[in-house]
Amino acid sequence: MTVENLTEHGFEPLALPEPDREITGVYIGDLLSWVMGRARSGDAWITIMSNINIAAVASLADVACVILAEGVELSGDVTKAALSKGINILSFEASAFDAAVLLSGLL
Amino acid sequence: MKYYYDLHIHSCLSPCGDDDSTPDSIAGMGELNGLDIMALTDHNTAKNCPAFFRAAKRHGIIPLGGMELTTSEDIHVVCLFDKLENAMEFDRYIGGRRILIKNRADIFGNQLICDDTDNITGSEEHLLTNATSVSLDEAPELVKSFGGVCFPAHIDRQSNGVIAVLGVFPESPVFTCAEVNNPDNAGKYAVQCGGAGKRLLANSDAHYLWNIKERGSFLELDCERGEAAGQLIKYLRGEI
Repeated sequence: MTVENLTEHGFEPLALPEPDREITGVYIGDLLSWVMGRARSGDAWITIMSNINIAAVASLADVACVILAEGVELSGDVTKAALSKGINILSFEASAFDAAVLLSGLL
Repeated sequence: MKYYYDLHIHSCLSPCGDDDSTPDSIAGMGELNGLDIMALTDHNTAKNCPAFFRAAKRHGIIPLGGMELTTSEDIHVVCLFDKLENAMEFDRYIGGRRILIKNRADIFGNQLICDDTDNITGSEEHLLTNATSVSLDEAPELVKSFGGVCFPAHIDRQSNGVIAVLGVFPESPVFTCAEVNNPDNAGKYAVQCGGAGKRLLANSDAHYLWNIKERGSFLELDCERGEAAGQLIKYLRGEI
């Protein structure tokens, strides 16, 4: 499934510069030094971290998208960075677990 | 003039700090170790700083007050003030931005407030170590607006270090200095956090009296002792 398909399942788009990216897996983590080394290309990365460095880490790990769980809000700077780096970011009201369960059924 | 320093020390008010680390004992240990400048930086509170300032003056130590702030991203940032009243004003402000969870002393440890002669005068009811609502982005300007300076703590450590949490040393906000826990790491981390322009400090992050630094790391400040605290803040801000 593509990142854009997520918007039909309760994921709110915050920045979708590459809506056609295919999602092939899921990674959950908030410690960016770990995410850099462990998230795989094509993963939907679920986190509650909203610092601007998520755009750099998402780009480095080549994830399909970042999903901000728990309804975490994003500053305008991060949205701008995501758009310029081609990073998809979506928001999800419920927990990382709920997001992962939902994705598990969709993938 | 050389000033030997330790700018990151916890007292018995931090739950993880030893109950024997009273403000007076910390200043006394600094005197024994031959330090010139010391800062008391408990987690998210400055409430033992009034006692520390009084005790430090008795022990011939130049005191700084402040705290080790936990940002909303769980990053530890040391906030320092040369004037006690500024540290306490910042303490009151941060009090309104803490997330209040009752401390479980049996799990986390005691949070004791003392006077300058080791009498326990109170205790903090809510856990001090958890994240505040202050983001890393807003910290430098916020601390400066209260008359102080802040820097990321122990950037060479996994737990609550800025590089571990954010993956790389952030380009923004701009920090003029940073702290390493192990002085041997200074060279390696000077490169990681933006090169030679960054002033790196080696502090103890002491939670026990015996962790407090010996007379080893020093800063060169071109001033008399009476002005050293104020000059140090300027130095850490990169203004001198």
